[in-house]
Amino acid sequence: MGETQTAMEENMILTNIESVPGKRITEHFGLVSGSTIRAKHIGKDIMAGLKNIVGGELKGYTQLLQESREQAVERMTEQAGMLGANAIVNIRFSTSSVAAGVAELYAYGTAVRVE
Amino acid sequence: MMDILIFILLPVLGYLAGTWAEKRHYRSIEERESRYLHLPGVTMGNVEIGETDVEKAEMVYGSVVISTDYFKRILAGLRNIFGGTVRSYETLTDRARREALLRMKEMAAGASVIVNVRIETSAISKDVSKGVACLEAIAYGTALTLRENNEIHTSVT
Repeated sequence: MGETQTAMEENMILTNIESVPGKRITEHFGLVSGSTIRAKHIGKDIMAGLKNIVGGELKGYTQLLQESREQAVERMTEQAGMLGANAIVNIRFSTSSVAAGVAELYAYGTAVRVE
Repeated sequence: MMDILIFILLPVLGYLAGTWAEKRHYRSIEERESRYLHLPGVTMGNVEIGETDVEKAEMVYGSVVISTDYFKRILAGLRNIFGGTVRSYETLTDRARREALLRMKEMAAGASVIVNVRIETSAISKDVSKGVACLEAIAYGTALTLRENNEIHTSVT
């Protein structure tokens, strides 16, 4: 735990293919996942409502979802770190709206050890 | 009187500003796409690269939330009566996906190829009739950086 673990999480290799190219998988740890549920910001929502008249990118939302997704990945990485893995392969993302204005971002993959 | 004015003003404003913004966005997309021609993204998981030639494998992703303008929304609403192709929304999904792909490539700067690219879209707001009707597109894949002196073969099998 502590420092060694954070160092490990930083070095975690993430891929969405079934292997880590150039490295051999020596051990499987099974499924790891991370999720986060976010509600939208009322101020950003008003801005988005205005932006909706002219169309275009809703930067507030893009940023919100990006941050949430990074958090989901972080949680997944944490879980893999606790298992003693140093890579996660075959990562998938999924988004679902739980309620109006509330979205869940979910990331999952297989924790493995590579050499 | 005020109501009618707003009713007319919104679509006009939406049409003018929306068309301008869309054209600008397309110009920017095309310009950046030509800049990233050297970094292909493929949907298959394994490319013919010698395993030992790969220096780094890293997951990359890009996402964007985009909405359409008021005028096009009205057009699409009218289209709903008769059915058929909703042209006014086609550009919306097209822009969202291409933008997401570009952002993914921007994150993969320095890589040689992105494999196993997946694109996903989801509607952020289900209640289209009131509030925000917008679309999120996310593209993700694994960026492979090759060791120097190895060039990617354009023929991918």
